[in-house]
Amino acid sequence: MEKYINNYVIVAIFIVLGILLPVVALTVGRMLRPNKPNEEKKTTYESGNEPVGEGQVRFNVRYYLFALMFVIFDIETVFLYPWAVAYNQLGLFVLVEMAIFVSLLLIGLIYAWKKKVLTWNSI
Amino acid sequence: MGTWLDETLTWGNALIFFLWGVILLAIVLGFVTYAIYFERKVIGWMQLRIGPNRVGPLGLLQTVADILKLLIKEDTIPRKADRMLFILAPALAYVPAFAVLAVIPYTQDLYFADINVGLLYYVALSGISTIAIVIGGWSSNNKYALLGGMRSAAQMISYEVPLVISVVGVVMMTGSLNLRIIGEQQGNWFWEWNFLPQIIGFVVFIIAAVSELNRTPFDLPEAESELVAGYHVEYSGFRFAFFMLTEYVYVYAIAALTTVLFLGGWHAPAPFLDFVPGIIWFLLKFSCIVFFLFWLRATMPRIRVDQLMGFGWKVLLPLAILNVFITALYLELFIKG
Repeated sequence: MEKYINNYVIVAIFIVLGILLPVVALTVGRMLRPNKPNEEKKTTYESGNEPVGEGQVRFNVRYYLFALMFVIFDIETVFLYPWAVAYNQLGLFVLVEMAIFVSLLLIGLIYAWKKKVLTWNSI
Repeated sequence: MGTWLDETLTWGNALIFFLWGVILLAIVLGFVTYAIYFERKVIGWMQLRIGPNRVGPLGLLQTVADILKLLIKEDTIPRKADRMLFILAPALAYVPAFAVLAVIPYTQDLYFADINVGLLYYVALSGISTIAIVIGGWSSNNKYALLGGMRSAAQMISYEVPLVISVVGVVMMTGSLNLRIIGEQQGNWFWEWNFLPQIIGFVVFIIAAVSELNRTPFDLPEAESELVAGYHVEYSGFRFAFFMLTEYVYVYAIAALTTVLFLGGWHAPAPFLDFVPGIIWFLLKFSCIVFFLFWLRATMPRIRVDQLMGFGWKVLLPLAILNVFITALYLELFIKG
């Protein structure tokens, strides 16, 4: 039990250290760096031209489709991990079960493939 | 580390853990400094240039000078930017990059957190950096940054799936997600390490890992020729430095993870070489992978964006799944028996 708690204490310490470094470095940096803001410096960069319109433009819906597919296959991995850990103790039955599950998802992938979700024809 | 882990937690012990964490942080920062120097030098040599050679002997202080310069640069935040998210993004990118290092073992006795879900913890946390990149791209309110951020997100989530599935084969052979046990169970001869029995998984893992690192040939988010610098176009000074730091800390993490998962960790390639301490073997393999990443950058051109997604979903993902079932059949037929 002690070992269990200690290990997670270390994980927590690493996260705290990870947060501390940016905070400390940026605070120290604030004391060292100059600060002379003016209007020109604060404009949005657009290769030296005057920025045109909004920066947060509408973008291709395809990014959303990739995100959707990512969610589907990430859920597959959520099921695959515990299955893989316990695989050696389980019978042939779980292999068949996983094969059915994965093939269902693969059918989805093939459908997306045929619908040309995976072809990239513009930015 | 092992002895303190078994004791009851006291403030003194917590302080010791904290100091160990600080030591690792210092080592990682040192690694990042000299990895950047080494990368520039190696690529210079490969292209028949000299590389950095002015600051300090052999140019050894070049990166130190660069970091100091970044530290005293003025920090500009564009007027149109979403200020809070803009400040949050670099820190959010960096925190998981350092936090994943907690679970990586270096030798049998030298490790930090020895948790049973080590690999899952690594995979879960490294995914958070994607969010930071999207936030950075979006909050800049800049077209280049937004396109770079979106591309980066699409690329990273697309390659995360094959990356995560390619290690399932290793997990099945070991029966554990604990990285220390995975490292320990690989044999004493180099052909007993996971990279040969899991050759498909290994190849998929390396390709997907390079893509996750946003390094050449998959450096589309930063494609200088088309997107200026990608998601961190508006960042300056130390905020920019944190994005760079994140990238190199992930190089460290991926190199160490590959060593543990596939290259036998701290094992010597042959039993009669056992007299060399494990940590030396670990560092040798680790350095080879880091060198391999730099070598790729000097060799490969950037791939096209339309090839990128197709390759991830149509080639790597089916291969990774195939690897899982080949491993499952192999275990079913020859091991379980």
